[in-house]
Amino acid sequence: MKFGIVTFPGSNCDYDAYRAVVDSLGEAAVYLWHKNHDLQGSDVVILPGGFSYGDYLRAGAIARFSPVMHEVAEHARRGGPVLGICNGFQIACEAGLLPGALLRNESLRFVSAPIAVRVENANTLFTSGYADGQRIVLPIAHGDGRFTADDATLDEIEGSGRIVFRYVDDAGEATAAGNPNGSSRNIAGIINDGGNVIGMMPHPERALDRLLGSDDGLALFESMLARVAA
Amino acid sequence: MANVNPRPGDPAITPVLVAEHGLTPGEYEKLVAMLGRMPTFTELGIVSALWSEHCSYKHSRNLLKTLPTTAPWVLQGPGENAGVISIGDGLAVAFKIESHNHPSAVDPYQGAATGVGGILRDVFTMGARPVAMLNSLRFGSLESARGRYLFGGVVKGIGDYGNCVGIPTVGGEIVFDDAYEGNPLVNAMCVGLMHKEDLIRAKAEGVGNPIIAVGARTGRDGIHGASFASEDLSEASDAKRPRVQVGDPFTEKLLLEASLELIRSGHIVAIQDMGAAGLTSSSAEMAERGDVGVTIDVACVPVREKGMTPYEILLSESQERMLVVAHRGRESEVRAILAKWDLAAAVIGEVIAEPVYRVTEGATVVAEFPGSRLVTDCPRYSPESREDPEVAALRAADVSGIAPLPDEIDPAWTLLTLLSSPTIASKAWAYRQYDSTVRTNTVVGPGGDAAVLRIRGTNKAIALKTDCNGRYTYLDPRVGGRIAVAEAARNVACTGARPLAITNCLNFGNPRRPEVFHQLKEAIAGIGEACIALSTPVTGGNVSLYNESPRGAVYPTPVIGMVGLIDSLEHITRSTFGTAGDSIVLIGDTGDELGGSEYLALVHGVVAGAPPACDLKRERAAIDALLDAIASGHVASAHDCSDGGLAVALAECCIGDQSNPTGLDVHLGDLGDVSPRGALFGESQGRFVVSSPAPASVMRVAERYGVPARVIGSVRPAEDGFHIKAGESELDSDVASLAAAYHAAIPALMSSERLWSNAARQPALVNA
Repeated sequence: MKFGIVTFPGSNCDYDAYRAVVDSLGEAAVYLWHKNHDLQGSDVVILPGGFSYGDYLRAGAIARFSPVMHEVAEHARRGGPVLGICNGFQIACEAGLLPGALLRNESLRFVSAPIAVRVENANTLFTSGYADGQRIVLPIAHGDGRFTADDATLDEIEGSGRIVFRYVDDAGEATAAGNPNGSSRNIAGIINDGGNVIGMMPHPERALDRLLGSDDGLALFESMLARVAA
Repeated sequence: MANVNPRPGDPAITPVLVAEHGLTPGEYEKLVAMLGRMPTFTELGIVSALWSEHCSYKHSRNLLKTLPTTAPWVLQGPGENAGVISIGDGLAVAFKIESHNHPSAVDPYQGAATGVGGILRDVFTMGARPVAMLNSLRFGSLESARGRYLFGGVVKGIGDYGNCVGIPTVGGEIVFDDAYEGNPLVNAMCVGLMHKEDLIRAKAEGVGNPIIAVGARTGRDGIHGASFASEDLSEASDAKRPRVQVGDPFTEKLLLEASLELIRSGHIVAIQDMGAAGLTSSSAEMAERGDVGVTIDVACVPVREKGMTPYEILLSESQERMLVVAHRGRESEVRAILAKWDLAAAVIGEVIAEPVYRVTEGATVVAEFPGSRLVTDCPRYSPESREDPEVAALRAADVSGIAPLPDEIDPAWTLLTLLSSPTIASKAWAYRQYDSTVRTNTVVGPGGDAAVLRIRGTNKAIALKTDCNGRYTYLDPRVGGRIAVAEAARNVACTGARPLAITNCLNFGNPRRPEVFHQLKEAIAGIGEACIALSTPVTGGNVSLYNESPRGAVYPTPVIGMVGLIDSLEHITRSTFGTAGDSIVLIGDTGDELGGSEYLALVHGVVAGAPPACDLKRERAAIDALLDAIASGHVASAHDCSDGGLAVALAECCIGDQSNPTGLDVHLGDLGDVSPRGALFGESQGRFVVSSPAPASVMRVAERYGVPARVIGSVRPAEDGFHIKAGESELDSDVASLAAAYHAAIPALMSSERLWSNAARQPALVNA
């Protein structure tokens, strides 16, 4: 299976995503240059974290116009899996691959910490390796992570099981205390209605090795492998 | 030599103009003698920058020469953009620390951000990919609005820059003390990793090779930043805000990738950051290192605005620019690499055989200096040095007789007071704003004794730390210099790493004052002694003088940035207790040493007494013993004993990891001549708090090294509380109270501050 990892100018988690695929999964990975109209036959596209175009104008707002994004959108329309992490989530929202938007954190400060999230839907391409309601720990590192959408949209994605991850407190509850950025309904990750595009602020690619604090992200990559390869 | 005439519109060279450029009459005479004529305005500007303290080290160079700089593992010592050491497996680590104190005092956000940008460039110009940032910060009190404004702005500036470039900020230290009220210190350290064969030096070579300006265009920002950093801060400093540069981390990220690609392409000979004094210093220094001539045409330099004079182009400190010497004929390949990253490149000069440093504006020569004398003839000073008798008297004061406050009847009160002081309290408020995990190598991030990063493709890790105690250095500069090195080494050793080498950032006052020069001289001597004893040579660094404001000089603060190597990932050791039931072993001796302590300063408002003794042989032995015990697998956790003494160190072991708090039961036994408060809060050096399931084995190892070690108690579950018996004194607390004091202190002080939150979010747009 081949993972294509897009490098925009200012991407800085492309390398981590690459190492995650190659070192932790033992699968093939290629970098996809933002100026090219070519996914190089990738089965899965990863939109990595970072500060594409320096977050100028608005996080993700310029990257969505990159040449490669045309092909990424086509891939998504065909049902191809797309994993948007952090800045990749912001880009996916800006590109209309996912509903809603990511605003500046409520604290107005960047926040970097290991954080607890609950798996809200373990029946997706990206989460079948988890159990429903499972509490996992993943790092977050973002300044613009406050997911927002109008109430109708929030109701729709919630009602259709498309909230995939929620921030939770020590007791595993989706409370304000457990919400690091003020996201609506504690949303940490969502999926599109086709079930093939996921966007999440936490970094699963940074949680693949106990040595670095957590390997809770591994199941996400393994879920993709199991389902896409099947 | 060419004919050099003043440019139309240049101001006349007068004694007033010379003085405004920071040159003494003697230095001006030296310049005239070198040129054999009057300088032009452009030449005066060039010399003003290159002979500034910041660029020339004129008051420190003679002292720095005394430092040890060699070891078999040192690949590059002082004199380059960064030092480089070998860590085996064909890999090397490049690292350096640098100050951005003056800019941060007038614009904390941009000052700190551009400090991060500058030190990143120093490391990647060596051919290394930056893998970690650390910061050593000093502020005045957080009780003042200005203190909070500076602290908040600096933290945001560091975070926004490093986060965007994608380099994890993994550690450092933050100290709050009134001594820094007028003059905050912002020192940034960058660490990079490379294959040895990618090492490149900033040495211009090859007659006919083109000199290429790369990256951002040159604007009018930061002109004379180097000179600004070479004078005392004053009421007028705010008017010099335009001398503070404006950073754009997005361009930096592109420049980083492009530079590493350039270096690996083989198309270039040398590369250097256009940092302090911009184009002037980068071109002159590269020429001097290669012992060649250069000619630069300022008319070819890409500029941001029309009408910039040669003077402005040469002295601009616009950020995110590099100067490259390419192989002749490879210009188009170089341009292609930069174009890939959407960066500009322009050939602005060439390496020439004629021994001259020449600047032209089109066909007209606007500045010319013979050979590399611009760099080599820089004045050097060894001014008068004399200790301030007031400081000598403070040091001689007997502090043991200072009567305890009534509250101190309960030592838990004292401990809570220390834990909630911002210098000792958790700095999570700051480091939660730094991405510490990007690049997925961070094993121990901010909050540990030293940061630990694994080295991919090997079973090794590196440990990184900055340290300094300015109060010790104020009371006794030589001992303070020694302790700065020893403490950094202890912190690195606590993670299981063998200390390898240091970089230093010497923050002092005005060296023309004899008492300041005395501090500088003595502190450097102390650093040198410790580096020899601990086998950690100096590979480079930075000197920041004139850290004075109308409120006086800062404490002399020689910050040490240390790198250590962990041979095996299994040896990585954390500072917090892990398991209830483990024994607690204290390695090292405890004296009655309250002089210069955090306890005296905080609880009694007293800065006096001799700082704790630093016996370097014992430091070395204690470190060797600890590393041996760790390698033998006997150590569950190890923590350095420093600010606040043993009681604070023990508390930190229990509450440092919020997800796994523990309690303890400690009996210090017979204290001998040591008072209970000396035992609890004195800051005797050379001590470690170790937890171990096999304490007898730890003590056997210690004994082999002749290091005192004894079991003082055991780790308990958090609900059992925190109990220390020190002679007649009993310290009892519940763990939650200690944790609350430690973790809530800084957030509480900063909770109302939103001043900086919206500051300069998109810096490049400000200047575009």
